[in-house]
Amino acid sequence: MTASLPPLDDLIACPQCDTLHQAQDLPPGSKAHCSRCGVLLMTSKPEAVARILALAITAFILMIAAVSFPFLSLDAGGLTNATSVIDAVLAFRDGLAFPLAVAVAFFIIVIPLMRLSALIYALGPLVRNAAPRSYARAAFTLAERLRPWSMAEIFIVGVTVALIKVAGLAAVTIGPAFWAFAGVVVITVLKDQMICRYSIWEMLDKAEA
Amino acid sequence: MSARKAGLVACRSCGQVHQLGSTVCKRCGGPLQSRDEQSLQKVWAWLIAGIIAYIPANVYPMLLTSTLIERSESTIIGGVVELVDYGSYGVAAIVFIASVMIPIGKFVAVGYLALSIQYGWNDRQHQRHRAYEVVEFIGRWSMIDVFVVAILSALVQLETIATINPGIAAVSFALSVIFTMLAAQAFDSRLIWDADRTTT
Repeated sequence: MTASLPPLDDLIACPQCDTLHQAQDLPPGSKAHCSRCGVLLMTSKPEAVARILALAITAFILMIAAVSFPFLSLDAGGLTNATSVIDAVLAFRDGLAFPLAVAVAFFIIVIPLMRLSALIYALGPLVRNAAPRSYARAAFTLAERLRPWSMAEIFIVGVTVALIKVAGLAAVTIGPAFWAFAGVVVITVLKDQMICRYSIWEMLDKAEA
Repeated sequence: MSARKAGLVACRSCGQVHQLGSTVCKRCGGPLQSRDEQSLQKVWAWLIAGIIAYIPANVYPMLLTSTLIERSESTIIGGVVELVDYGSYGVAAIVFIASVMIPIGKFVAVGYLALSIQYGWNDRQHQRHRAYEVVEFIGRWSMIDVFVVAILSALVQLETIATINPGIAAVSFALSVIFTMLAAQAFDSRLIWDADRTTT
């Protein structure tokens, strides 16, 4: 049976159900799904890498703005309280909840920034047609592995729920960081939809050869 | 035909196919395993930890609110009831779905998937695979309530007028979400299809 198989590099196995497929050059703009379980195997989007890189750099800059500027402020009875994203993390700093402050910091700031820097590091040279940096492979693996733990988009939905909860109680002013953070979320979603792991691994292979 | 039947093993992070018996991926350097033999053990361990952590999350308060006139504590369900009282049905639904329905639905779905592998059920692969994909995708969204607590406690700090502080339930709830995410990640979805003979 093994004798009739095409060369191993031309095969692609579905990561979710292990079905073997023969990899093909897809026409631009098309997608290939697993024939058994239907998972998306690869997409063909020329120029995707340049766009992913541009979006990652934009998101990185916006993220820094989102962390530094005022996020929300609350007015009631003559008292004002302004909050930054960091303050939201520090809400859990007291007592037993302290590990949660660390976890929240990772979920909404550190991990999103790590993913963006890893992508910029791994894909940067590919766009200039240069040889990949050392550890580019490890960086790309890391960016993909951290994907489920990057929770910026969930945070922004949480913020919206919280805003509705306090809206009846006091006046809330939305600061520039809120919009910067919302921008990070939209751009990250767009960027992640463009990533086709298989094509990026192929590009890393070709760039090294 | 599956890679395993063809005497091959595939890397799950980059898709590269190797001869069965290889242990390290030549392309991305990740570990290779035809099937994760300890998958079920890990799934059960994380799932049970997740269920245990979910109990105090519902018993203890999520939020401690104090205003000029009163001090109150609200649990997850208490928070939902409060939102319904204000008339914010949409938000109440979001919080209820994220904090109650998704976690419980996940416990049931992951438990069902693990049992189906353990007893080698050979039907409804497509539905089971769908269930796995939904669990993987939706599980993280339970974190909403933790972030709501974080923002409320940071924002509502108006000295004597009103202050909100996080309750200990936020910690156990976050742990429960993290444990069930790890349970879903430990599940090797390829096992669902191993009993399937239709496509060989």
